[in-house]
Parts: sequence; structure tokens; C-alpha cells
Amino acid sequence: MSILETIASHLERGEHDEVRALTETALAESIDAATVLDEGLIAGMQVVGEQFRKHEIFLPDVLMAAKAMNAGLEILEPHLSAADIKSQGKIVIGTVKGDLHDIGKNLVGIMLAGAGFDVIDLGKDVPPERFVDAAAESDANVIGMSALLTTTMPSMKTVVDLVKSRGLDGSVRTVIGGAPVTEEYANEIGADGYSFDAANAVECVKRLVEG
Amino acid sequence: MNWRGDIHIDHVTPPEANILRALGVPNGHAVNSRTRDAVAAGLEELRTIAEPSGVFASVDRSHFADIYEGDGDNAVPSPLAEIFPRADELALFAVTLGTPVSERIAALFTSREYALGAALDAAASEAAELTATHVTDTVLAKLRHAGRATAETRALEYSPGYCGWSLTGQRALFAALEPGRIGITLTNSCLMEPVKSVSGVVVIGPAGIHDFNDDYGFCTDCATHDCRDRIRRISELNT
Repeated sequence: MSILETIASHLERGEHDEVRALTETALAESIDAATVLDEGLIAGMQVVGEQFRKHEIFLPDVLMAAKAMNAGLEILEPHLSAADIKSQGKIVIGTVKGDLHDIGKNLVGIMLAGAGFDVIDLGKDVPPERFVDAAAESDANVIGMSALLTTTMPSMKTVVDLVKSRGLDGSVRTVIGGAPVTEEYANEIGADGYSFDAANAVECVKRLVEG
Repeated sequence: MNWRGDIHIDHVTPPEANILRALGVPNGHAVNSRTRDAVAAGLEELRTIAEPSGVFASVDRSHFADIYEGDGDNAVPSPLAEIFPRADELALFAVTLGTPVSERIAALFTSREYALGAALDAAASEAAELTATHVTDTVLAKLRHAGRATAETRALEYSPGYCGWSLTGQRALFAALEPGRIGITLTNSCLMEPVKSVSGVVVIGPAGIHDFNDDYGFCTDCATHDCRDRIRRISELNT
């Protein structure tokens, strides 16, 4: 097994110390950072995502893998920046205005970061204007909104409408999710995407970024 | 009848199976040792830092009718509007696990201890529900002790935000009960802080008054339909 396959294998088991050490070893062996990222860390996370979708593993395993991914990324980041390696895309996420429930949003952020996206997490109780301002200022590709309460869902439509009224709908896509949110609601408010869980969110954002 | 007090964590510690289910593991599904360890660690954290407490106060039907009406945002018709007029007794309640749990969950995610953070979050959500159930049981036990409920009497709690009772109903409920006494505050959007809190009304009476069909207009938006389990279990509850 190559060192990159070994990194992926340890990542799949959530062994963050091993992933960190092997990432350092790979760089020391002159494997370039982008290759370690793609064929080690992201390759491992893709396996994890697939196992999660098939219900072969569950949320805690995914989160341990994400921690291992982060351990490797910490080692790689200075090298990726120096080589000007682009991320998979940039996404602004947050829980909408009035809603304090952020566990689902946090999980989506972890999964997206694990898939190589640049994630800007605005936190919870985020006003509509802040989503759009943050996306415009950071040149984000996607705005991701989460809500746990039906009473706060209308804020999602406000964001979608703001994106359009500011003329950003050509460059910024919107995706929504959360327990009460449905695909029908996403269609109704004109959101570009809908996700029913964190793993699906990664696939959805990938599709939106790839256009 | 009024009560306010702390609740021992032993009374509201959720079983591992409930936490696994809250983490998305189907009932009875085998999990690996890493997941089991994360759940055990989450439970241990919960038992160490949770500060369960509760408050309840009896309320008569006409007063509760005003509280239920709240800001006038409830679905019409709704199950609770049909159930509470048939109750023998009603009691407003609120429970919380305290601020340290929420702070610890946030800190775990910040420090990238994601699995432990998720396990603690799931354990705390389950514990908050168990704390509400514990207070419901306490209400019924006190009523029985006072001779105001029989062995056949049952009690079940309902909360704003569910089954047609608008979340804005929290305002009237909080004005009447004052859960600030146990550290719970209400945001402008009617959410409770700390987040791991539950409030509502305990409806006490014959089990049959809680029986309703899940065919109200808002039921189509409900992902869980867990009212079915609640109704099924009511004959076993509080005994």
C-alpha cells in the first residue's frame, strides 16, 4: 500500500494522529501537497462519504474522519497556499435569523471542509443581509442556509430574493436544508438546491459549483 | 400547586440506544467500538456538567385558554385546543439542562472534537426530553398524593412549536410561568436559551382525551409523527 493509500485508510478510521504524521512523512518524501490532498485526504473522505450514504458507518465515524482530515490539512495548508492551490469552491453557511439550532449546520460545514471546500461559517441567528454581504465580499460560490423551525424558514426566501435583487444570482447559488425544509419548499422560494442531510449537502454543493 | 427544583441527573440520563438513534443509527443496528466509545464519552460529559432543573405551576382551564390563544397564531383546528378543555388538571412547565451543556457542545466543535460534540448534543437533547417527562411524572405524582388524580389518570406534555400550537405561544407561557427562575430566557424569535430546554403544558386526565388522528393540515409538514408513539405509550406512562 502506498503512503497515500495508507493516509486514506487511517483517515477512514478516524485516526488523526496517524494521518497527521503520515502527511508530514509524505511531504518529507517530496510528494507535492496537492497530491497528498487529492489522493490521500480527499480520497479517504470520499470513501467515508460513500460508506455513510450506504449506512455502513454513521455520524460519529464521519466526524472522527473529519477530525483526521483537519489534522492532515493543518500540515498541508502552508504548502497549498504557497503553491496557490485552489479549493473545491467557497461556501458561506449559517443558521437563519431567529434560529439558534446549529448542530446540523456545523455538520454540513465539517463535511464540506472535509471534501475540500473553503467554508465561511457565519454561525447561528444570521440576518439575511449578512449571508449576502459575506458571499459578495468573499466571492463565494454558494450560500448554504439551515433552519430547524418552520417559523424561521421564510428568512431563507429573503436571502434568495436578496441574491437576485443584488444581481448576484449569476455567480452565487443558494442551497437550503434542515429538519422541516423540503425540496418542494426549495423550489417554491427559488433556491438552487436542497439537501436532506450533511452527506447529501456535499454532493449538492459540488453540483452547484460545477454548474 | 407549584414546584421548582433541581432534578438528579440519574433520573434523566438517556439510554445509549436513544443517543445512537439520535445520531442516526437505526434501532438495533450494530456499531463499531469507536462510535460506542464516543457515545459513552458524551454520556459521561453530560452526567458531569448537566444541571437539570424544572418548574411547574397549576393553571385553570380558562387561564390556559388565554395562554394558549397567545398571539393568535395557532393552527385551527389543533389537537391541544380540543384536548385541554377535557382535562382534569393543567400545569405549565419548563425544564432545562443549564448553560454549561450548551457551552461545552460549542467548545467541543470549536476544538474539532466533532464526534464527542455530536454525541453530547444528542445525549443532551434526549436528556432534555427525559427531564420534561420527569416533571410530567412529578406533576401527576403530586396530584395523586393530594387526592386530585386517580391511579387511572394519565399525564402528557405538549409544547409550543408542535401540533399546531404556535411557537409564539411561548410569550404568554413565559409571562405566566416565569421560567427565568430556573435560568431560561426567551429570544425575540421565541426560542429558549439555554437551547437544551423544554416548555409547555402538562395535560392531566383520562388517557382517552389524548387520542387524536394525525390528519390536521399541519401534520403533512411533520417529519416524525411521533404523536403516534406518545398516544400509544400514554396507557403505560406515569404508572
